[in-house]
Amino acid sequence: MENRRPIEPLLWLLFSAGGVMSALFAPVLLFLFGIAFPLRWLAPPDYDRLLLVFGHPLARLAIVVVCSLSLFHWAHRFRYTLYDGLQIKHLNEAINSVCYGGAVVGTIAMAYLVWRIP
Amino acid sequence: MSQQAAYTPYHPRWHRTRVSTWWWLGRWSYFLFILRELTSLGVLWFVVWLILLVRASIGGGPAYQQFLEWAGNPILLALNVLCFALVCLHAVTWFNLAPQAMVVRVAGRRVPGWCIAASNYAALAGVTAVVLGLLLMRG
Repeated sequence: MENRRPIEPLLWLLFSAGGVMSALFAPVLLFLFGIAFPLRWLAPPDYDRLLLVFGHPLARLAIVVVCSLSLFHWAHRFRYTLYDGLQIKHLNEAINSVCYGGAVVGTIAMAYLVWRIP
Repeated sequence: MSQQAAYTPYHPRWHRTRVSTWWWLGRWSYFLFILRELTSLGVLWFVVWLILLVRASIGGGPAYQQFLEWAGNPILLALNVLCFALVCLHAVTWFNLAPQAMVVRVAGRRVPGWCIAASNYAALAGVTAVVLGLLLMRG
């Protein structure tokens, strides 16, 4: 138990930064691409426009940072939800690896995809 | 409790009444707490959705159009509406708690809580406006 302590503040920092990032970016992006564009309430940007926005170096960086921090926010919060809600503390290590491991894998996947945007 | 308290047949067992897994259904404030904790699943889905969108945008114009059509599927729409509600709840609860988490002092005086909450909502409005402008502006 003792040797896991030093990383705990870092995880809380990532949780907190991810909480801010997802609170700022998730509502508008999920509303547009998940609801408004598919239902044609709003005209979606055409493909060239999308590439112009997503392909910009700052946007690429922002996408990776927002995704990565949001994933670590999820990992940390979901871990505690499972602790408190379902009382399955004995599955500790499996839950930790799925949550934080998932966040690392998701970050790498997103960085790779963003790097390949034309 | 000592960390070394390994379980053996001879170890004294404390009497603890087992709390039901559904303890949070009994009271509205408990339910709201669990609902707030579950907003992390909405955040997870937001990232998954963004990954799918970026993947489609790599695939070219037809793949992007196909993604938007695929997103019109009722099940995905329902999931997106649910997760949109969750991330909105996350944003509201997060910003409302910010004054308690952040103590900002200017010239030795504590900045009142409503100022901190208001600046967070201003940032939300700013980000939303920039994203809308970038994606919806013509020309």
